Amino acid sequence: MSVEAKKPAGKKKFELDPRLAEYRGIWVFIEHERGAAHSVSWELLGEGRKLADKLGVPLAGVVMGAPGEATRGFCLEAFQYGADLCYLIEDPLLNDYRNQPFTKGMTDLVNAYKPEILLLGATTLGRDLAGSVATTLQTGLTADCTELNIDPEIRSLLATRPTFGGSLLCTIQTLNYRPQMATVRPRVMAMPQRDAARSGNIIEHPLSMIETDIVTKVLEYIPDQNTSKVNLAYADIIVSGGKGLKKPENFRLIWDLAKVLGAEVGATRPVVQSGWVEAERQVGQTGKTVRPKLYIAAGISGAIQHRVGMDASDVIIAINSDPNAPIFDFATYGIVGNAMTILPALTEAFRLELAGRRETAAA
Amino acid sequence: MIHIVVCIKQVPDSAQIRVHPVTNTIMRQGVPAIINPYDLYALEEALRIKDKLGGFITVITMGPPQAENALRKAISFGADEAILVTDRAFAGADTLATSFALASAIRQIEKSMPVDMVFCGKQTIDGDTAQVGPGIAKRLDLELLTYISSVVSVNTDKREIVVQRRSEGGVQVLKTRLPCLITMLEGSNEMRFATMPNMIRAARATVKKWDRVAAGIEDPGKIGLKGSPTVVSKVFAPTPKTAKAEIVQTESNEPQDLAAALLMRVFTRFPHVADEVRKNAAV
Repeated sequence: MSVEAKKPAGKKKFELDPRLAEYRGIWVFIEHERGAAHSVSWELLGEGRKLADKLGVPLAGVVMGAPGEATRGFCLEAFQYGADLCYLIEDPLLNDYRNQPFTKGMTDLVNAYKPEILLLGATTLGRDLAGSVATTLQTGLTADCTELNIDPEIRSLLATRPTFGGSLLCTIQTLNYRPQMATVRPRVMAMPQRDAARSGNIIEHPLSMIETDIVTKVLEYIPDQNTSKVNLAYADIIVSGGKGLKKPENFRLIWDLAKVLGAEVGATRPVVQSGWVEAERQVGQTGKTVRPKLYIAAGISGAIQHRVGMDASDVIIAINSDPNAPIFDFATYGIVGNAMTILPALTEAFRLELAGRRETAAA
Repeated sequence: MIHIVVCIKQVPDSAQIRVHPVTNTIMRQGVPAIINPYDLYALEEALRIKDKLGGFITVITMGPPQAENALRKAISFGADEAILVTDRAFAGADTLATSFALASAIRQIEKSMPVDMVFCGKQTIDGDTAQVGPGIAKRLDLELLTYISSVVSVNTDKREIVVQRRSEGGVQVLKTRLPCLITMLEGSNEMRFATMPNMIRAARATVKKWDRVAAGIEDPGKIGLKGSPTVVSKVFAPTPKTAKAEIVQTESNEPQDLAAALLMRVFTRFPHVADEVRKNAAV
């Protein structure tokens, strides 16, 4: 996307404060919890790689955690996903996420090594950390971006995000402050290819803190029971329903199709608000962002609040009785018709197709 | 007695916002203003603590003069005092400038009564940034507790608090010291109904109005547009994809024919989707 960066008031050409010119390079915070990295970190490295190449600067991962194999392992993984180097703080105080030591670690690193751009996932951890770090460093932070780009002329990050509940998009710049910070939701950026041959340098940094400096203590950690967890964000096939299905009973047709496809079930905000399905299934601005290979939307008009959560899907099939519904403006295929009769027919068609394949395979 | 400050924001009801189809601008007319829904969880949690321990709740907002309505609403739910931080100089503030102004106002509140806790919603529905709460906490050096699903206990003698905090893969049980700043998670409680006496009180209450100076801000360069590191360089409507959906039709237009035609097209043109469906269904 081409964006014209409006120069700040005064109309004269923007010039970066010379004191900020020493800020160079792009950093991605590598988020991990309970021994596993959050995939948003790799998605951000993929995007960060493109930005770094545009600016001609290195891409670095920032890893903070308890000393050990696992923490170092995240650095190695970061190299494989595109980082040129990693900044590493290993300290037992970083075993669990707590705002105070992580804010301290990150701000110390920024002040020591001066990156021009710092990207974090818009997760609970990432937002907690980003807000504190930006305030401590007194710099700009743009939350929940859906697109990142660079104005190479003034080395400025163009951070685009939905605004007014997703009705509009706006591009935000942090001109005379460094680093320029942004958070991006999981699944908004594509997962980069992993290259096992890549490696890089690890730069270690101490955490100048002791436990008694930290006021907040973790008493307990209660992991979610994975069995009941809806994993919508990472589903490859999603069947979603909207208020066009008219009655809660009709939502069963969504479940039927999802079952045949082995798909996850999604929904619009009005459907969730009416209590037809649980809140974890909401797709869109105030729900989940998804990126499946196949997204089937039945009885969904395609309001922008829903669209921003799903229009990165590979193939979108829309079923709606209104030929002018906005969903047909961006779906791949559309059927104009009654979802209550089309859905069962589609379920049957997929069932027959899949059964037929199995027979052929067996023969 | 515990003194709690609850930060709220008046926002347009985003479900009712429309974009003008020709000019691509927001049509604000007739869009009702509401208290940011996430802030109600913060206010209710503060009210519950007050019910249990006794205390005083000051509700504060930064916004235009009409934001007074949101504050009166908060009083009708049970808040004791309301402060509207309002000044043209605040216009155009981003999250850094907003947290500066609110932190400064809270320092002024502290001059008449020390503050034990500050509550915020986890984010607003119009900005969605979730940054102002952490910003206030850092500026006031309060212990920051974001995404709190439950306040387990508050011990005013020891000045300790135990909370449950939502993290990506589970729940952290945290113990920390007062004063602290909590951002409440949605669904963590349910807002009570306004009582008749409180509604009368809300109608009669005096909402304090603080301008920049009253909010204790000396340097106008720290607030509003000037105090904001971020600038909005462009606002635009999402580009419609050039290619609209291919509408599947058949001679009969019967559901089963349409379904079969659709499936054939998807599987032929997108073999990787066909593979995914087969792989998934086989499991």
